[in-house]
Amino acid sequence: MQQQQALVSVSHSVASRLAILAVAFINGFVIMSIELLGGRVLAPYFGSSVHVWGSIIAVFMLSLSLGYLWGGKLSLRNPGHRTFISFFIFAALLCLPIIYLADPVMRTIFLSIEDPRYGSLWSAVLLYFAPICVMGMVSPYSVRLLVLTQEHSGGVAGMLYFVSTLGSALGTLATSFYFVMWFEINQVMWGCIVALLLCAALIAFSSRHAIKEQKS
Amino acid sequence: MNLRIWSPLLCVLVLISAAPASAQRQVIHEERSQYRNVLVTEFNGQRCMLFNIHRGDMNQTCIDLRNPKRLVFNYTKMSFAGLLLNPEPERILVAGLGGGTIPMVMRELYPEAEIDVLEVDQAVVNVAREFFGYQEDEKHEVHVVDARVYIKRAGLRGDKYDYIVLDAFSGEYIPEHLLTREFLEEVKALLTDDGVVVANTFASSDLYDYESVTYQSVFGKFYNFKRAGSGNRIILATNGELPELGDLRRRSRELYDALAPYDMNVLEYPPLLTTEADWDESTRILTDQYSPANLLN
Repeated sequence: MQQQQALVSVSHSVASRLAILAVAFINGFVIMSIELLGGRVLAPYFGSSVHVWGSIIAVFMLSLSLGYLWGGKLSLRNPGHRTFISFFIFAALLCLPIIYLADPVMRTIFLSIEDPRYGSLWSAVLLYFAPICVMGMVSPYSVRLLVLTQEHSGGVAGMLYFVSTLGSALGTLATSFYFVMWFEINQVMWGCIVALLLCAALIAFSSRHAIKEQKS
Repeated sequence: MNLRIWSPLLCVLVLISAAPASAQRQVIHEERSQYRNVLVTEFNGQRCMLFNIHRGDMNQTCIDLRNPKRLVFNYTKMSFAGLLLNPEPERILVAGLGGGTIPMVMRELYPEAEIDVLEVDQAVVNVAREFFGYQEDEKHEVHVVDARVYIKRAGLRGDKYDYIVLDAFSGEYIPEHLLTREFLEEVKALLTDDGVVVANTFASSDLYDYESVTYQSVFGKFYNFKRAGSGNRIILATNGELPELGDLRRRSRELYDALAPYDMNVLEYPPLLTTEADWDESTRILTDQYSPANLLN
């Protein structure tokens, strides 16, 4: 019984394996899109000087590093698609404060911290740590869902890094070259939220499909 | 031939062929910066501050070594048209230091005025002091800070200025958060009833229309000041009514003697100031949510 559960928890079917790669790509895209917009979100209160970008990049790196750590830990116990799906739903929900609470949060910090370096750092922590941390959890967890055998694990991890970092590169370009010209910041943020929810739907759909296949 | 693809190559060719000419331009100092290194060059009796040596047109500010009083740049001279709207400034705010020309001339013209200068880059302040004769005094201070941050805080403190110069644009990169409606509203909140905002903006490029409608949305009608041969446009905006042309003429006569030593003929200015909108008024207003200025330039 225990054995059976472990088998279902990893992804065997081509469709569900492709789905995991697709969401890793979208996840990477969304992370960098949000990071690039972060500079514009903070600029009205803290300027666009070099330390504002320093704050944002540092907070994103910190969030991702802890996300990797905790995502990896979570994958040790009962790994399954349900937890994986919940990452995307939580990440989407945690993006809402960036849209609705950014102004009051930054105003409060602006009033209490004089130095724009630490003002921007704390604003970045409060607004971005939680959602980006959850998005960081996606990467190690996808490795766990895709690895079937020990000897393939390096190849799987490499493939995942490849698609998610490719997504990050394209997310950076698309946002800085086009999205900021076509849309308002919050419209792009809504796009990111919808993309994360689509990831959840895609995994839900493909895993149900896979389970059916396995049963028949 | 697709010009877009080939233009970088053409640029390189042009640069190579222009190399002997730019070799005469002597770099006398290079200051390390958190942003772009600041270069000081001397050429043809002029000393200039540059942010980017690779493009000849990137002079940030220049002084005439033989006649340091003479203003070299047209847009610098044009910016003093703000005095036609407020001839007796007492509290002056200048965003963007450059070589410090504007605040230094203001100090000479108005020895009693309080002057605050905002400059984001410490390297620019160092170079201005060392190579361009920039000097602060008891009532004249430069703050190394992002202009948006300083102006927001000044608004919270309830500070007021009656002469605000916005000149924080450094050639290639435009600080997009200093072009938005929200920023201009913060600037307007600092302005006294008789105060004037003098903004140095772009005369060509798509940004002209965007900036025009954005200033219009905050200040209503403003005086637009362009001159042939200058890539800059000066916006002169006030909190209340704009003065009539007759007032501008009278003040230009009163100011003529004071400004002439700086090679400014202020008598030429009034007929060039216009409130006529020569831009596309359906253009989208720049906001904190939407400000792709660097993509529009």
